[in-house]
Amino acid sequence: MSTQPVILKARGAVARRQLFSRFSRYVFLLATAIPVTILLVLTYDTVQTAWPRLDWGIISNYPSRHWEITGYRPGIVGSLWILGVTVFASFPVAIGTAIWIEEFAPKSRLLTIVKINLANLAGVPSIIYGILGLTIFVRFYEMERSILAAGFTLALMIIPMTVIASQEAIRQVPPSLRDGALALGATRWQAVRHNVLPNAIPGIMTGVILATSRAAGETAALIMIGGFTFIRFDPGPSPADIVNPSAFYDGLRESFTILPIQIYGDTINSQLDFRHAAAAGIIALMAGVMTLNLIAAVIRERFRRF
Amino acid sequence: MKELDETLAPASRAVAADIIAPEPTPTEEAIRTPAEPALFRLRDLGVWYGSKHAVSEINLDIPLNRVTALIGPSGCGKSTMLRCLNRMNDLIPTARVEGRVEYHGANIYDRSVDPVEVRRRIGMVFQKPNPFPKSIYDNVAFGARVNGIKGNMDEIVESALRRAALWEEVKGELRKSGLALSGGQQQRLCIARALAVQPDVILMDEPCSALDPIATLKIEDLIRELVQNYTIIIVTHNMQQAARVSDYTAFMLAAEHGVNGRLVEYGPTTEIFTNPREKRTEDYITGRFG
Amino acid sequence: MTRAVFERQLTEIQEDMLVMAGMVETAITQSIEALRLRDVALARRIIENDKEINRKRYECEERCIELISLQAPLASDLRTIISVLHITVDLERMADHAEGIAKIALKLSDEPPLKPYIDIPRMAEVAARMLSGALDAYKLRDAVRAREIIEMDDEVDGLYEQVYRELLTFMIDDPKTIQRATYLIWVAHNLERIADRSTNICERVVYLVEGRVYDLNVSKY
Repeated sequence: MSTQPVILKARGAVARRQLFSRFSRYVFLLATAIPVTILLVLTYDTVQTAWPRLDWGIISNYPSRHWEITGYRPGIVGSLWILGVTVFASFPVAIGTAIWIEEFAPKSRLLTIVKINLANLAGVPSIIYGILGLTIFVRFYEMERSILAAGFTLALMIIPMTVIASQEAIRQVPPSLRDGALALGATRWQAVRHNVLPNAIPGIMTGVILATSRAAGETAALIMIGGFTFIRFDPGPSPADIVNPSAFYDGLRESFTILPIQIYGDTINSQLDFRHAAAAGIIALMAGVMTLNLIAAVIRERFRRF
Repeated sequence: MKELDETLAPASRAVAADIIAPEPTPTEEAIRTPAEPALFRLRDLGVWYGSKHAVSEINLDIPLNRVTALIGPSGCGKSTMLRCLNRMNDLIPTARVEGRVEYHGANIYDRSVDPVEVRRRIGMVFQKPNPFPKSIYDNVAFGARVNGIKGNMDEIVESALRRAALWEEVKGELRKSGLALSGGQQQRLCIARALAVQPDVILMDEPCSALDPIATLKIEDLIRELVQNYTIIIVTHNMQQAARVSDYTAFMLAAEHGVNGRLVEYGPTTEIFTNPREKRTEDYITGRFG
Repeated sequence: MTRAVFERQLTEIQEDMLVMAGMVETAITQSIEALRLRDVALARRIIENDKEINRKRYECEERCIELISLQAPLASDLRTIISVLHITVDLERMADHAEGIAKIALKLSDEPPLKPYIDIPRMAEVAARMLSGALDAYKLRDAVRAREIIEMDDEVDGLYEQVYRELLTFMIDDPKTIQRATYLIWVAHNLERIADRSTNICERVVYLVEGRVYDLNVSKY
């Protein structure tokens, strides 16, 4: 029996290991700090540039030749309408596809091919979608350079990533929930509807919002479709047209612009002061995307209650 | 005949060669048909997962209103066999089932049979309690709702919870989440959920393996109560549980012991545990292998 | 091999039981010796030793109960332990009978024998053979042999009848022999009980091997 107290301080090899562990911790901290710092610096820079135009006019005014009063209202309205079309066109298809793949499809060659294709499509550059949209929607379906064409094009673009994200979300639902429902005599659809989907919604929502944010910022493809830089009216149907389907449809076939395009236009304007407006527009876009994320987070939490 | 030599070293009993050498088919009398009305008759039942043969040539009569236990080492196919009884194996893409499973005389694998209806009448409780992330009430009502069972839902829920010996503990908190219950309560909730669709069979796949001893005993008591009105088939790797709870016991062996998911012995529980006829059964039960 | 500790414990209780059986066998043969040779010291030793045999029985019993509660034995392990439990009881009763004979040997030691002892030692010999045979059957797990041993009980019963009738005649002829005769009848009775207990052991062996308890020693009366 030792009469000396046990020494538990780190020495030798143990101390070295500990030291390395602490060191690596700081390395990772640094790795995190870099992008965060860059982001903060960029944001600060943008805010600084935007400062003269950080007013409500930036989103409520029409474009003007005067940078002090120019606004991005058409772009915002256009973006919203296009996103609306995108959402309606893509989500049912994407989520339905994910459900089919994960819950109903029998294992076959065809299924594997579909899955591989989806993964590939998610990586295709957006300009390709623009060209595709131009050919199919604008020319072939004769939608012309309209909100409808833009919306469908973006829908095509985000369907693959939405499907993949939804697939992941559905896969996260433990098989025991599905099995439990089926063992009680539920049909496949009932099990999906009552057990799988409600629990997959948080994940699906995340995927949906990410996809929407991507679409909201998409510029190149829509330039291909033919978004105008300088429009002084509100693209799309007017609010009164909600009740009138044909007028609504006609409204969707109007030409459009979107916020990113308008911002871009102002960044290359020969009058350098338009940079302030552009920066303010960027802030507005960022605020919009953040709001979308917030909505997604709220929806996720609501469904996670149980 | 077993020998005990002069120094009393237990000879012959668990010599490796005895275990590995395969005995092709069980002797006739090792599979004893209960002299009681049978609810299930399994005839030449076989299951494949792709090319892997998981269960082979099971011929077994499972009696009505009794508890039948399936025991055997891990991977012997007992869970697979259990899942054949309510066609849950249909959900595994690579699974292939051959043979007949006769329930009330009708083959449930017949083309004209709807698996959904089979599963309503033959309920299942799983190894890890899997209450839905809904309220206790909605958990129990779920089965009734999806099956379109008419009636006063409150009564249906209460009746099922009573039969599962859970009513007294949760009657004031039916809106509470099913996940907020203890493990043993969750499992009883799953049993109540199964009872609510009015099955006549309950299949249990190692229902107590994730529970503490007290919860386990409560469920065993519940099983003995339920068997008066239901037929219960339980898979367990706990020998004592099989001995305590069941009326008939079936012992299966897995592929690595020379036979492929085969039924080695089947008979009244008292006989299996005091005087098994097959050496392999004896060795397994006394813990000399597996 | 799995359950090595349990195997060892099972072996040990059976070894203990057989040690105890050896002590009982000795007590039986020696008690008749003490009677025949009027050996007081031997008789006293036998009576002393009985305490040891009793102690051993309770020890075996405790170990059996311990094994049952701690190891949850099943099938043949369970039957083995149950057999040991029962057999030790039979052995202990047999030892008590042997002690009874030794006590009678003490009582009869200061008088000449009533008559040459012929049938009584014969009975003792058969009874001893039965016990030893039963133990062999146990060791070899031989149910056939066990059943054969049980048949031997008829011989002991027959001898007992004979002894009883003979001693009865003695008592009727000469009332002064009553005391000694009754003692001798008691000895014969003890021997008959010993033989009967051996058949119990044989029934246990059959139980151990075949898994069922049978009543095999059906009286011929």
